[in-house]
Amino acid sequence: MMYCYQVSSRRNFIRKAIGFTAMSVGASLLADAYPINAIIPAPIPKQKVMLNINGKQTELMVDIRSTMLDLLREQLGMTGTKKGCAMGDCGACMIHVNGNRANACLTLAVYNEGNKITTIEGLSKGDQLHPMQAAFLKHDSFQCGYCTPGQIMSAVACLKEGKANNRDQIKDYMKKNICRCGSYQNIVDAIEEVKKSGAAI
Amino acid sequence: MNTSLYNFQLPDERVDGLDKVTGKARYTAEHQIPNIAYAVFICSTITKGSVKKIDATNALNVPGALDVLHHENCPAIPGYKPSAFPDLKNVGEWRGMKVFADNKVRFNGQPVALAIAETIESANDVAQMVEIEYEIEPHETDFNALRKDPSKLKNGSTYVRGKSQAYKEAPFYVEAEYNVPIEVHNPMEMHATIAHWETSDTVLLYDKTQGPKATQSAVARLFGLPDKNVRIIAENVGGAFGSALRSWPNVPAAIIAAKKINRPVKLVLTRPQMFTLVGYRPQAWQKVGVGADANGNLLGISHYAISNTSRYEDFREGIVDASKFLYKCDNVDTDYKLLPLDLSTPTWMRGPGEATGCFALECALDDLAFKLKMDPIDFRIKNFTEIQQETKLPWSAINLKNCYQKGAELIGWKNRKSMPMSLKDKDWYVGYGMGVGVFGAGRGTSTVRAVLHADGTLLLESAVSDMGSGTATAMVKVASNAMKLPEEKIKFVMGDSDLPPGPMQGGSTTTSTLGSGVHLVCESLKDLLKDLAIELLDSFKSVPKEKITIENNRIFNADNITIALTVKELLAKKKVSAVEIVKTSPGLNTREIQKATNSFSVHFIKVYVHSKTGEIQLKHIVTTGDAGKIISPQTARSQMLGGAVGGIGMALTEEVKIDQATGKISNATLGSYIVPRHTNIPHIDVWFTDKPDPYINAIGAKGLGEIAIIGFAAAVSNAIFNATGKRLRDLPITKEKILAAKT
Repeated sequence: MMYCYQVSSRRNFIRKAIGFTAMSVGASLLADAYPINAIIPAPIPKQKVMLNINGKQTELMVDIRSTMLDLLREQLGMTGTKKGCAMGDCGACMIHVNGNRANACLTLAVYNEGNKITTIEGLSKGDQLHPMQAAFLKHDSFQCGYCTPGQIMSAVACLKEGKANNRDQIKDYMKKNICRCGSYQNIVDAIEEVKKSGAAI
Repeated sequence: MNTSLYNFQLPDERVDGLDKVTGKARYTAEHQIPNIAYAVFICSTITKGSVKKIDATNALNVPGALDVLHHENCPAIPGYKPSAFPDLKNVGEWRGMKVFADNKVRFNGQPVALAIAETIESANDVAQMVEIEYEIEPHETDFNALRKDPSKLKNGSTYVRGKSQAYKEAPFYVEAEYNVPIEVHNPMEMHATIAHWETSDTVLLYDKTQGPKATQSAVARLFGLPDKNVRIIAENVGGAFGSALRSWPNVPAAIIAAKKINRPVKLVLTRPQMFTLVGYRPQAWQKVGVGADANGNLLGISHYAISNTSRYEDFREGIVDASKFLYKCDNVDTDYKLLPLDLSTPTWMRGPGEATGCFALECALDDLAFKLKMDPIDFRIKNFTEIQQETKLPWSAINLKNCYQKGAELIGWKNRKSMPMSLKDKDWYVGYGMGVGVFGAGRGTSTVRAVLHADGTLLLESAVSDMGSGTATAMVKVASNAMKLPEEKIKFVMGDSDLPPGPMQGGSTTTSTLGSGVHLVCESLKDLLKDLAIELLDSFKSVPKEKITIENNRIFNADNITIALTVKELLAKKKVSAVEIVKTSPGLNTREIQKATNSFSVHFIKVYVHSKTGEIQLKHIVTTGDAGKIISPQTARSQMLGGAVGGIGMALTEEVKIDQATGKISNATLGSYIVPRHTNIPHIDVWFTDKPDPYINAIGAKGLGEIAIIGFAAAVSNAIFNATGKRLRDLPITKEKILAAKT
């Protein structure tokens, strides 16, 4: 289910009194929380943004500071898109924006007005895996699985952009996605097989 | 879910594979907890000294700010000072840095405060607004300079067998120094903790850990809570390679913060924080001398090492160990010292000290073979032994010779020329190299619960976590073999400290340890079913127990298969819906079996080095493993592939750089700390001896996570030497170093 923060509740921020004294765990850390008594009036700046996420038109009020990655993961609960560095180095957060691959960590959510966003959650059709997902399974193209959604989103884009004509070309396209478990060879095997199969992507 | 869109056969699919390719697999920071607050570490910008003043006034005015936790307002934590909490029972001192316990700064990037806010965006803003004044003291971080000062070194350990420095008296000998820089695990998932006090004295933790039980125990002792009041969930671990073998400052910080604000708190490290807060492979200097007679018999091995640790903890690893026992040699001496620096504490990183040590040893042997004009493989076979040289115990199983033979065949070793610069392909020098890896193969204690349901499904449970090697997949295969039950009927559940105690996933012991537990519980389950059949059915009363066979949930008399019934029928007779059994499999006592237990590997490399630019291109890798019976071929192969990729990083790209003027790591990002990417990976062949070890455990399997990388960097250096005649002993090997090196 999608949701976003309610603006009204965000106007009543609470915070702790500054400078309360240290307490002992035995006596009170395990017993009580400290009192909260101060109110910050300033609201968080929010803007309305219309996004099409995995085929669903969605109007959201988002924090203007939110990256697309944090919007997906922290506010929409769509954690299939991964955070591996938050600075565009690792490719774990790769999504498709209007059909092109993009690092979700490098774009603010509010910059995406009207954009069509596709994430790993939107790749399979109901119960049917996308051919690339099936190929990753077959070739054991992952171990811990954390970089996998990003690798798969890049791999699909690689095929769509016609950059999968040989292994070197695939590797060159895929070099934006790090796999620290080292499943690279199996990833290229998977992409090559989907390419050769001619499966519709 | 089916895969009908694309008609693949899925012979060896991981049991957690579907979740991982669809984005459904949940990692630590992805658990959805209502009313969660976000925390971000604020880290020291100085390397040594103290926090003089910390002012959070402006920070707390940031919209959404909840709190700023630091040493002045951190509650007293029992595990920080156990003696101050005499009333608490299960309290023990926290290992490692006690975050927010005092105002001291011990390394650059040490957490000095924690910003807590309603959202991650606000927490980041709060962190920016906290004003901190430091008192700076001079720091020491320069390993290469300080290791030369004996007064800075501590905790030496020496070993002598036969004569010290005997290599120097051998007719042929080489001696040289080797340097391995700090390397960082950098799993793709950053370390994270979600702390949720469910009641005033029970805490639920989602944590990135390789051992839910170990984390449970550490947290319970930190707060003086009974173990049962602490629950750790680690459903999926997005890589770790050793970084999650212990709990780091994020664990206490999140728990304290959650208590303080009386809300669940999520604390995720940033990628730069991954370089300073969760361990690393320590920097190491080594000197190795090896000597042999003209026939290639080793006469002496000397291996000396210094590695760095922090100021507040000693971390040692097995850098010099393989030199003591792997090759037949009567005279061996080693010496290993620590150099404390103003850095955070290192920890085990894949292949740990053995990867560092075998780099030096295997390069030295390559140099000596060259001097002897011997083939490096022949030289190793000449000094092969079936007796572990340090303990003098025979190995439980050692099939290294098969690895040499098969690996040589697959890499095309016959094309290798012994003289460097003899093989060229246009402007590229071509070389072949090999290196050996060895690591202890253990077996610890594990407890596994098995529940066999009337519908024929088998549930197995143990409190382990899996960082990607495929534990659940392998355990399902062990159970499938033991119960003669199709894999799809078996489920292995893990990642929760409430389950029966399982081992830490590390040190290449999980398959051996947990596999033994799964095997034992399955054998016990079969035993129970047989007893039930004899007890409840007249037709089985006279059947000898050893004749009763269980296959695919059918229980029958092997001599007369008409005497049979299904598990469902048996449980109906017993009037139960399931049978449950919990078994603890004991650890291995090597003294009892009088065997040495190790896994072995041999890595082969074909390299191209450009004659003008020094550019290095790995062309082909063959990695062979001798790790007993291979339980899960697909995942085992992937682990070896991963070890090779890790080895490429160790050999050619990975190095933490410290700006010595400030003591700060200057390349703490994945854009500047270079890990192997798709374009760095040549074709890799994996081969296993796949011979059961008859002594290690009932399933014959040993670990292979470490041997996958140990010895790899030496194979690369050896191949480069064979190509160019240049010996590179400082990792990582770069084209600049090749151009600068002399032949």
